[in-house]
Amino acid sequence: MIDADQTAAFVEQVAAAIADDQPLTIEGSASKAFYGNPTQGRVVSTLDHRGIVNYEPTELVLTARAGTPIDEIEAALADKGQRLAFEPPHFNGGGSVGGMVAAGLSGPARPYAGAVRDMVLGIRLINGRAETMRFGGEVMKNVAGYDVARLNTGALGTLGIITEVSLKVLPAMPATATLRLAAAAGDCHRLSEQWLRAGRPLTGMLHDGDQLHVRFEGTASAVEDAQAALGGEVMEASDAAAFWQSIRDHRHAFFTADERPLWRLALPPGVDPADFGGSVLVDWSGQQLWLRGREDADALRAQAAAVGGSATLFRGELPGVAAFAPLDAVKERLHRHIKQAFDPHGVLNPGRLYPQAEVS
Amino acid sequence: MPAHELFRQEDLRFEVDIDPLIEALGDVLPPDGLIVHEAGRRAYECDGLAAYKQLPRLVAIPETIEQVQTILRLCRDNGVPVVSRGAGTSLSGGSLPHPQGLLLAMGKFNRIREIDRGRRLARVEPGVRNLAITEAAAPYGLYYAPDPSSQIACSIGGNVGENAGGVHCLKYGLTVHNVLAITVVTIDGELTTIGAEAPDSPGLDLLALMHGSEGMLGVVVEVTVKLLPEPLTKQVLMASFADVESGGHAVAGLIARGIIPGGLEMMDGAAIQAAEDFVHAGYDTAAAAILICELDGSEAEVADQMAAVDECLREHGATRIQVAADAAERARFWAGRKAAFPAVGRISPDYYCMDGTIPRRQLAYVLRRISEISQAEALETVNVFHAGDGNLHPLILFDGNQPGQLAAAERVGSEILQLCVEVGGTVTGEHGVGLEKINEMCVQFSNPEIEQFHRIKAAFDPDGLLNPGKAIPTLNRCAEFGRLHVHNGELPHPELERL
Ligand SMILES: Cc1cc2nc3c(=O)[nH]c(=O)nc-3n(C[C@H](O)[C@H](O)[C@H](O)COP(=O)(O)OP(=O)(O)OC[C@H]3O[C@@H](n4cnc5c(N)ncnc54)[C@H](O)[C@@H]3O)c2cc1C
Ligand SMILES: Cc1cc2nc3c(=O)[nH]c(=O)nc-3n(C[C@H](O)[C@H](O)[C@H](O)COP(=O)(O)OP(=O)(O)OC[C@H]3O[C@@H](n4cnc5c(N)ncnc54)[C@H](O)[C@@H]3O)c2cc1C
Repeated sequence: MIDADQTAAFVEQVAAAIADDQPLTIEGSASKAFYGNPTQGRVVSTLDHRGIVNYEPTELVLTARAGTPIDEIEAALADKGQRLAFEPPHFNGGGSVGGMVAAGLSGPARPYAGAVRDMVLGIRLINGRAETMRFGGEVMKNVAGYDVARLNTGALGTLGIITEVSLKVLPAMPATATLRLAAAAGDCHRLSEQWLRAGRPLTGMLHDGDQLHVRFEGTASAVEDAQAALGGEVMEASDAAAFWQSIRDHRHAFFTADERPLWRLALPPGVDPADFGGSVLVDWSGQQLWLRGREDADALRAQAAAVGGSATLFRGELPGVAAFAPLDAVKERLHRHIKQAFDPHGVLNPGRLYPQAEVS
Repeated sequence: MPAHELFRQEDLRFEVDIDPLIEALGDVLPPDGLIVHEAGRRAYECDGLAAYKQLPRLVAIPETIEQVQTILRLCRDNGVPVVSRGAGTSLSGGSLPHPQGLLLAMGKFNRIREIDRGRRLARVEPGVRNLAITEAAAPYGLYYAPDPSSQIACSIGGNVGENAGGVHCLKYGLTVHNVLAITVVTIDGELTTIGAEAPDSPGLDLLALMHGSEGMLGVVVEVTVKLLPEPLTKQVLMASFADVESGGHAVAGLIARGIIPGGLEMMDGAAIQAAEDFVHAGYDTAAAAILICELDGSEAEVADQMAAVDECLREHGATRIQVAADAAERARFWAGRKAAFPAVGRISPDYYCMDGTIPRRQLAYVLRRISEISQAEALETVNVFHAGDGNLHPLILFDGNQPGQLAAAERVGSEILQLCVEVGGTVTGEHGVGLEKINEMCVQFSNPEIEQFHRIKAAFDPDGLLNPGKAIPTLNRCAEFGRLHVHNGELPHPELERL
């Protein structure tokens, strides 16, 4: 089925889960089953619940059912010269728009173009009481009620089944170029600041341990100017596209050639990646580090926290280590209460985000 | 007042014995930090929506985070409602005092703690004025993007409370897109930091939840914002149109071409005339609508975009295009738009500023309906709006000295908001719900949605002490509004004064 509304079926599944006290695991294309803490329970699949419900290019808004493949959305956008500016990770047609919002992850352009949460305008949701509801909408500005749409972005399905998503979309850039330069990973922040202040249309900056990869996207003149000013080696357009995609979708050798647990570090600007040891891939001008070879989870988390960042065990397992960095006592209590507020019976993806914060 | 009896019975459920609280607070706050006398409290009886007035029982003006913590703990222990107030420029009654409660005035939290030029962020106290951040960052070639028209006065804490927007928001986002972290005191007096200087922080996006929550989830005591490099070049142009509709099509045309201007604002004929009379910006007073468009970026980008914009505007029937020759002229083009509210203040004894957002394609229909709705009440409206994002600010002109006109203006406002919902938009784009739009929330949201909001509120504030009666209506209120509502916007006994 290509275009179908399964909302009623989901409501029944949630009601049944409440009735027989059986948890549910919400699944899109399960491309991210590895991410977050393990959950168990009957599977609710959104894959048949798909279709673009509304797309208004001149309003910069697209609304789609949760099971719609990201690919399908990107194709519809490309047709009108638009795109999802946060570059959602996906995997050869894998990845649903509901999973994309629930996972809250963004690709290489995130620090320059905004994160998925920045582009979420509205959602339809089924909460853990089997009630259907809608928050936000299809307009850019909306402060009516609490921002439940963004609250569910990155909530990993612990607060509700997202059935529909409205996203802000942006024009595709007329020109792009990726340069390879010799520079130290520790220089990422300094260089990106220098270029941003010079008005360079930076939309990607990654150090692979060897070279710096810099992507510019904007008007032809701006991209040409940047290229001329910076020098370096210009990547072939198709190679460049494949390169950024391999970073986005974790198919780059850094991700595939190593079996060790993969950490994701989110860091404030200007931290030297070398401080963290292990083998690293430095993305987002130094603000996102992919790290392998550290097993001392507590020490790593403490080190990241000390500079104002955090460390997520993104892929792989370490005995006794939760996926996400612990919360302070106040936030842990708030998380527990918010989970209760949406899912009092604890049927939605229990434990996926913070098992410890769900015990009431 | 139409449909609004300010606070409802259920919002006034608190049994407050104020004297013990005054005594306890006396030990915590300096003498001038506690205002008990009526004359002093008067100064706080309303916010930017002056039609609603309410004296607080008590005003506390803390200077330290510890004092805020103690005040909240004492209020919780004594069951006293608390309303936070920044600069009090809310246009929706968001910082209107509660009749049984304490008003927490954050004005002394006015220090900029840090401008980190290298990492492009500023750490400030919540009472710092929006514009003061940009002024402090300017020597480093940086600025804070969200620029509500009230930026000279409104506080960053209030901006978080309302998720304020401004002219730059189409391209650079709202407050929620530009704040990295906030430190918050809960009603239990506990302190926690939400968000981080890093992109993303673990757990649920509480940072987004706090934005626009109108002081109902906690008190913001520190804000870390992102600063942006000042654009290398800016260009502003102004285009005239023979009708608002073709101006609207021109906006759609620009966006379809992939141009996202730094600012894109529209004014209708009445607004143009009022602004021109006031600031002499050189506006085309023969036009039925003008569009002001700001482009920013590098020299090359702006030059490319200027050519495309010019072509597109002409294609959509612009009758005149003026390009600002220099910075002074740019400022003059903007001056009229930025002074639109006071300019309208000169042509009408009073005006009531509405705020709603619509899908932009509905613009022509909505403007036509707005004029019909106001004509039915024998009132006029003037329209200035954020054209790029469909955020409307109709100004409903009335004379408060004429019996019934305020009530009529409010009926027009309420109908406009319901119209916004009807066409797929929302009852508030950036001014918040406060008390003003609380009835219309019942039109936009179903009962389960409203109950979900109340449960979120209870997760932070189980006794409902933070800003009670605002933003989220009770189901009783909705039931009553629904009953009134069946008469097609006609209230029973419209002749009665309801203030
Ligand atoms: C750097 C990076 C690398 C990645 N690498 C890969 C990769 O190598 N391979 C790959 O396949 N994917 C990868 N992903 C991510 C993934 O492809 C996308 O995030 C994708 O959009 C997830 O969609 P999904 O439908 O597969 O979600 P799922 O895996 O099905 O679900 C993800 C989470 O969202 C919840 N969820 C799903 N749908 C809903 C809904 N409708 N309502 C509420 N909750 C819901 C699930 O319960 C789960 O918690 C990567 C992501 C990042 C950031
Ligand atoms: C002439 C004029 C033009 C305006 N133009 C715009 C505009 O272009 N865009 C726009 O978005 N708004 C605009 N506004 C509305 C208003 O200025 C904004 O909503 C602003 O964000 C309010 O800030 P404030 O400091 O005055 O907050 P207040 O009015 O004091 O409070 C607003 C809300 O925030 C809460 N609050 C305040 N401080 C805190 C805190 N420290 N912690 C927790 N909660 C807090 C209050 O309880 C209240 O609910 C305009 C107002 C005027 C008068």
